[in-house]
Amino acid sequence: MKPVREDLLAAGPAERRRHARSLFFTALCAISAAIVLVPLGSILLYVVERGASGLSWTFFTALPKPVGETGGGMGNAVAGSLVLIGLACLFGLPVGVLAGVYLAEVGRGRLAAAIRFTADVLAGVPSITIGVFVYALVVVSMRRFSAIAGGLALALVMIPTVTRTTEELLRLVPPNLREAALGLGVPAWRTTVFVVLRTAAPGIATGVMLAVARVAGETAPLLFTAMSSRYWAAGLDRPIASLPVQILTYATSPYADWQAQAWTGALCLVAIVLVLNLAARAVAARSLGARR
Amino acid sequence: MSAAPAEALPHAAATTPSAPQRAPDRPRGRLGDRLFEGVTTALAIVVLLVPSAMLIELVGASRKAIGAFGASFLTSSTWDPVHGSFGALPFLWGTVVSSLLALALAVPVSIGVAIFLAELAPHRARGPLSFLVELLAAIPSVVYGFWGVFVLVPLLREHVEPWLAAHLGFLPLFQGPPLGFGMLAAGVVLAIMIVPTVSSIVREVLRAVPAAQREAAAGLGATPWDTIRFAVLPSARSGIVGAILLGLGRALGETMAVTMVIGNRPKVSVSLLDPATSMASVLANEFAEADSDLYLSALSEIALLLFGVALILNLLARWLVGATKGRVGSPA
Repeated sequence: MKPVREDLLAAGPAERRRHARSLFFTALCAISAAIVLVPLGSILLYVVERGASGLSWTFFTALPKPVGETGGGMGNAVAGSLVLIGLACLFGLPVGVLAGVYLAEVGRGRLAAAIRFTADVLAGVPSITIGVFVYALVVVSMRRFSAIAGGLALALVMIPTVTRTTEELLRLVPPNLREAALGLGVPAWRTTVFVVLRTAAPGIATGVMLAVARVAGETAPLLFTAMSSRYWAAGLDRPIASLPVQILTYATSPYADWQAQAWTGALCLVAIVLVLNLAARAVAARSLGARR
Repeated sequence: MSAAPAEALPHAAATTPSAPQRAPDRPRGRLGDRLFEGVTTALAIVVLLVPSAMLIELVGASRKAIGAFGASFLTSSTWDPVHGSFGALPFLWGTVVSSLLALALAVPVSIGVAIFLAELAPHRARGPLSFLVELLAAIPSVVYGFWGVFVLVPLLREHVEPWLAAHLGFLPLFQGPPLGFGMLAAGVVLAIMIVPTVSSIVREVLRAVPAAQREAAAGLGATPWDTIRFAVLPSARSGIVGAILLGLGRALGETMAVTMVIGNRPKVSVSLLDPATSMASVLANEFAEADSDLYLSALSEIALLLFGVALILNLLARWLVGATKGRVGSPA
């Protein structure tokens, strides 16, 4: 073995320049990561600082007071948001999950490819145009803004995510589970529902939670479908209040009291979204851990 | 390592619709199975029909405006609901300029973040850091708008815009009084909102580049940056372009945050400091109040245009990302 020539290994000026450049760009990338965290920190800080003082029992239970009177709460908006999310799940989950099952288990060939393609298309449609579509489809024919229209608009926002997540997760289920069930003589549909779907359930739950988190904060598709209301929900065929729309109305109002309530509303919304995201991560981590 | 197997698969599936390994799984004729297949197929077809229904509905709703204004709808900048004269140019302008501004601000940062998270950050920091970046995507649009009105707009009005006007005021881009509300505010808010979209897709694309390429470069004595620059980024290029287009698609359709900070003035102005408006904003502001058929139809045509542009961008982007991941991501 030849002796190592130290002078060849020592860093020359060109090499030192390369290392300096590498350090420079590494630092640049680290700085861009830091820059991104500034607005996140600022938003969370403002929402907590300005919103926390308004948290009270009445905020969640009371109706808004008429213009000019201070006090009142967003009880109707919180309840309305729950109703709208419920309706969105009612309309959107069966379609979303079962279309995902179709793509992973049943469909093949051109039809499946076309459906996969349209799910992607739907995911890229701006949510405000979904609002316009549901307006033309439901509001015009019912001649009234309604909770049903709002729920439908939110369902359309949520369907593509749920479909694609379901499909991806079902494909991760090991084929030998399916084969074992079929080998025992279990009918194919029971295998799909009780073995395959059951195994993928935690992952699908994660996808659903993330979809709900997204839909909970959507304002644009509700503006001309569910509209807004200053009262408790009177029925599913009536306009209904929702947290995002109420925050929008109060945030853009000139009244300090309303703006304070909007900050509290924003705090609630951010908290809901945060909790759903963390829960989704926890579920995903646990099911991954179990699989190993 | 080539595109051949990826291309061969769908071809094979197309020529033999009942793949041989599936056939024995599915004994035909059982009622439950047929029912289950029927139900899932029907619901999947619902997904298939929605975008087409949307297109038909939007075209139908905007027929009156298309008939009345034709191509001048795209070039006229009068928006006068009282006299029934509608031109969408200010809205197209606002959407395009605010989105491009957002891209200009967000793309370098997003790529930096993605490279940092995929290649450079300490392993233990990657998970929590990427969660924080993704959290930005989860914050509702209306909260961004609210924060924009009370934090970003005053910051721009009192510090950034006077500085820009004083030092770069010779450019037509930075002329006019510092109002805070305007194109610049919209661009900045949009930039913040699309960073997570772009960076997470770029990160995915970078991850799809085979480790062997990095190892080969490192083995030749490349520094970490040289490895990224010469062994990773070239393979990821079209995927990165796709990520940028997806970010653009997201920016074009973004409604609430933009509406709250852009100033909502339907005028075409070159200056970024001036208030402007956008396609999504005019829908959010005026759709529920439109009182004549023609007005509603003009707004529907804007929705149709928005739908069309978003559609084309998304398809192009998905194709680019898919192509990159398929090419570099095949087992090495």
